[in-house]
Amino acid sequence: MHILDFNKLSLRDINKTLQGSDKNDFFSIRNPKGSHALAVGINKKITVKVVGSVGYYCAGMNKFSDIKVEGSAGPGLGENMMSGNIHVTGDVSQYAGASGHGGSILVDGNASSRCGISMKGVDIIIKGNVGHMSAFMAQRGNLVIFGDAGHALGDSIYEANIYVAGEVASLGTDCIEKKMTKKHLSNLENILSNANVSDYNPDTFRRFGSARSLYNFKVDNAKIY
Amino acid sequence: MKKKSITEPRTSYTFDAYTNSEIRRAAETGIYDIRGGGSKRNLPNFDDLLFLGASISRYPLEGYREACNTKVILGDRFSSNPLNLEIPITIAGMSFGALSAQAKEALGRGASLVGTSTTTGDGGMTKEERGHSKQLVYQLLPSRYGMNPDDLRKADAIEIVVGQGAKPGGGGMLLGQKINDRVAEMRTLPKGIDQRSPCRHPDWTGPDDMEIKILELREITGWKVPIFVKVAGSRPYYDVALAAKSGADVVVVDGMQGGTAATQEVFIENVGIPTLACVRPAVRALQELGLHRKVQLIVSGGIRNGADVAKALALGADAVSIGSAALIALGDNDPRYQKDYEKLGTTAGSFDDWHEGLDPAGITTQDKKLAKRLDPKLGGRRLANYLNVMTMEAQTIARACGKNDLRNLEPEDLCALTVESAAMAGVPLAGTNWIPGT
Repeated sequence: MHILDFNKLSLRDINKTLQGSDKNDFFSIRNPKGSHALAVGINKKITVKVVGSVGYYCAGMNKFSDIKVEGSAGPGLGENMMSGNIHVTGDVSQYAGASGHGGSILVDGNASSRCGISMKGVDIIIKGNVGHMSAFMAQRGNLVIFGDAGHALGDSIYEANIYVAGEVASLGTDCIEKKMTKKHLSNLENILSNANVSDYNPDTFRRFGSARSLYNFKVDNAKIY
Repeated sequence: MKKKSITEPRTSYTFDAYTNSEIRRAAETGIYDIRGGGSKRNLPNFDDLLFLGASISRYPLEGYREACNTKVILGDRFSSNPLNLEIPITIAGMSFGALSAQAKEALGRGASLVGTSTTTGDGGMTKEERGHSKQLVYQLLPSRYGMNPDDLRKADAIEIVVGQGAKPGGGGMLLGQKINDRVAEMRTLPKGIDQRSPCRHPDWTGPDDMEIKILELREITGWKVPIFVKVAGSRPYYDVALAAKSGADVVVVDGMQGGTAATQEVFIENVGIPTLACVRPAVRALQELGLHRKVQLIVSGGIRNGADVAKALALGADAVSIGSAALIALGDNDPRYQKDYEKLGTTAGSFDDWHEGLDPAGITTQDKKLAKRLDPKLGGRRLANYLNVMTMEAQTIARACGKNDLRNLEPEDLCALTVESAAMAGVPLAGTNWIPGT
């Protein structure tokens, strides 16, 4: 295990080390002090444990890597990630998983607004609640919410799936509740199994997705454009 | 029987023929007009400025003998590998999807022949444009369609697109006719849907966030490539100051004549300000921050010839960018396709339904047969010729003003033909010392 300490190293030093590391390396990052853009642009299967909370864009645009934050994360956690895993033990701020193309994000706490905005294939699991406008324009992937969802969930959603165990304050435009089919239940179980989440009752989840009524312009929908 | 009127039929200035036809079209279809291109209004523009030339107080350089530098370096504020361009004319961002793969290849070929850069667009980077562009700027757009870190690291520069001159505050649009299998896959969208891109970035708002976003992009790319920030011409003084403060290496300001692949006509013609009005406030913002020439300024929107290039540079820009003009050089709206344009209910020179994917010139289409009409090699050669002509024209003017570098042109080399253009450009009305507003 390699220890990288913010008390001794700069952000550039730490990111350069992570980006240039060998496959299967393991790093422990100490004293992150809420630093922004930490552990971004990693292109290898390495494991990084961050001891403490981080700022904006932690683990942004990563491929293959496993990142664990023992603390909370600021806005844009795992933005545009391509593959790999992120686990945050605390809460996360706005835009978690924004435009993520693949991989998975597991948050033990709550997520703020716009969680999963423009997601393009990433799986996001929030053990707590999510804020308003989550899964806005979500294109592909899955957002699993164990707690409650704020207003306008799934507004203008495309082909992503949303699973919610708690209450939904309101649905956004063109987002509707859909039948939980065997296929979708299996999908939910796979997502959670892949993230090593087992303490849940699948029967408590409801599924939401696109009504697909806004995919092509219709004059009768003019009031909601 | 009623007596025939002896006066001529009088048409309304307010309700002119185009306006009336648009009212009828709206009543018939129930949807706003969507089109490509930039503003078609008769706006104050660079034609309203003139160069004074050299005389007794200043002496000229020999037109074909004395050197006039055209090279420009973009992005040396923080990046270790700035763009080194042979000419101060770049190719603006235009997406694969909006344009055919052949058109993107032609743009890359043409730009590379003359040593300048081209730019991706909404929808990601194609192998055609990367392969044929020696210097490629990769756009980070609100939609993040096709955005991935591998392409980010292949780019020679990154352009964060905040806005576009044709639609400040609006997102892109690509209608279902052009969302074929390849375009759909690159954008992670269902085939055939009407794609409406977001108008805001998904993971930041405001200049303080943007500064952190720029930090993230630099960390991902090892501080090697320049970061551009592109803003629409609306509040250029503030937007340029904020972009520079946020850490941009280069700021691109796109006036309302700048084109788009598709958006609402009402947006194109009524939101934003003319390119001419953008340059001086943008330059002033950089000067007041002590960053003029340190953060380079690129001006775009309706640049057509070497005179426009020279005027933009004289007002303080470091380079210009062209989009619509580059497409015309490739063959867009060429009279040789007049019969095809007539079949679409338009004429060569007026065709702007780029969103419908039926472009007879094979440029703004995903139709394989139409796209084959454009030979990328020939298109690239035509673009290179055009860029060379523009450069030589700008040099001709610069030498006549006694300048051995295009960027030595200055506002004092200019005068204005109208009060409006004098006020916008901050140069005196011709024959006077009067600069309105000073």
